[in-house]
Amino acid sequence: MHQTMRLPRANWLTEIIAAWGFIQRNYYLTKRYFMWEIVWFFYTTASAMSIGFIGVGVEETGKAPGGADLTTYLLIGAMLWSYLSMLFDILSETVSWERWEGTIEYTFMSPASRATHLIGTSIYAVIYGLIRAVVMFLIIALFFDLEVSGANYPAAFAILAICSVSLVGFGMCAAVMPLLSPEKGQQVTMIFGSTLLLISGVYYPVEVLPSWMQALAKVSPVTYALEGVRAALLDGAPLTSLWSSIWPLLIMGAVCIPLGLWVFHLGERYAKRTGRLKRSG
Amino acid sequence: MGEHNRYALQLVDVEKRFAKKRGEYVNALNGVSLEVGRGEVVGILGPNGSGKSTLVRVLSTLILPDKGEARIFGIDAIHNPRAAQRMMNRVSVEASFFKKLSAWENLLYGSKFYGVTSSEAKPKIQSILAGMGFDLKRSTEPMEHLSRGMQQKIALARALLTSPMLMLLDEPTTGLDPRSKKDVQAVVRRIREEHDASILLCTHDMDEAEQLCDRVGIIVDGRIVELDEPNALKRRYQVDGHLPNLEEVFMAATGSSFEEAEANEDEEVAA
Repeated sequence: MHQTMRLPRANWLTEIIAAWGFIQRNYYLTKRYFMWEIVWFFYTTASAMSIGFIGVGVEETGKAPGGADLTTYLLIGAMLWSYLSMLFDILSETVSWERWEGTIEYTFMSPASRATHLIGTSIYAVIYGLIRAVVMFLIIALFFDLEVSGANYPAAFAILAICSVSLVGFGMCAAVMPLLSPEKGQQVTMIFGSTLLLISGVYYPVEVLPSWMQALAKVSPVTYALEGVRAALLDGAPLTSLWSSIWPLLIMGAVCIPLGLWVFHLGERYAKRTGRLKRSG
Repeated sequence: MGEHNRYALQLVDVEKRFAKKRGEYVNALNGVSLEVGRGEVVGILGPNGSGKSTLVRVLSTLILPDKGEARIFGIDAIHNPRAAQRMMNRVSVEASFFKKLSAWENLLYGSKFYGVTSSEAKPKIQSILAGMGFDLKRSTEPMEHLSRGMQQKIALARALLTSPMLMLLDEPTTGLDPRSKKDVQAVVRRIREEHDASILLCTHDMDEAEQLCDRVGIIVDGRIVELDEPNALKRRYQVDGHLPNLEEVFMAATGSSFEEAEANEDEEVAA
């Protein structure tokens, strides 16, 4: 057998080859998880744009809309987004998790209806999200001098409750993605969530957005929830004066829950027809 | 009792194919017909990729067949799945659980999907686990700390908690060490004796099929090519007074050894 003798290499050259190996490995990983690269790119771009729009909002008025304290305005946005995004995420993440663990088959072969399954998961998300939001609010209030002395808390909670219904519907629609493909589905839901963050006026008024984004903001329940909750907390607005936030949320809630259940049902049937429920990963 | 109700399960001419690549399909089930009587244990023997798991998934309402009927105690499981789901449960080769949760937590939440409350489930869990020789102290440990054999016992307990009239066992002992395998097989025997459940057991373990089943079917390429009592199958294929074992019956019925059939199926699945 012919064997070639390998000449001893200088240490520095061996190290360079090894370093190249690490570069090559990470290039392969980037290629393998390219969709995640797109998701993180989208997410960081959306975050950077959000910060940019905060600046535009402050430049235009010198302070937060309606003359409110800017810190309070931003923190209310952050807390609300934390709650609303959690509602949306818990549903899709739970389905994703069930797919990874393989328990989705046991959930689907049980006699519990899909409405019970999804609404049960959503009720947990609402309870957990509300407790978390209140604790977060109390902690933030310790660190910042929030201007919420005249806040109408019951009205703010009412708006949150109404908005939760439509967010649950959105979450059901999004949850169908990880049902069909755990990894790719989760990626799509992250892009969906980032878009809601960008267009709904979490940290700035939607008026500072380009007109095409403002049009999108009109179909986001988060936009109306933020308007209503900010009016209740910053101006102490009574529930009766928040009708312009309430009616779009009621309509979206009435549409989104049945729509979410229907979309999920279609996804489930497709998964059962194509044999996609089996654990992967 | 109606004609349909005589059987725990009935499959009539079930077909299922899955898309592989563009324009290519794999036929997972090719006109499968099968009946399991009440209280009967029927084994389905077949190599990997022969259609056993698809068969169980169709019965479990997790896969919609392209054609055919699936009835559970006379109920149409394809068009009325929820009524059928109440009567059965399944244990698969992968003991799928939330691995970070304890066995106890997994069992408690899972039984609620079948309408069993915590107060009803708790004594039942204790009795089922004790009956399996499962150390109850370990039931509060995360599932990921338990051995595969222990996890499989918890999977059987999860199914038993819902008092199923039909148990679908999809390779419940595959990958277990010999002792765990014997333990799980003992549990299956007890399910039959004490719980009066009908059982469909898919396996590629010939001895397991022979020991546990009243009738044994052989499935290859999505077709059931034989189905009878183990001794009747052996008599059917005896040559010159030599009574074959199930391995030899498999060879005679399919024209290839179990290993060859498995290799062929694997190649087809990979292609």
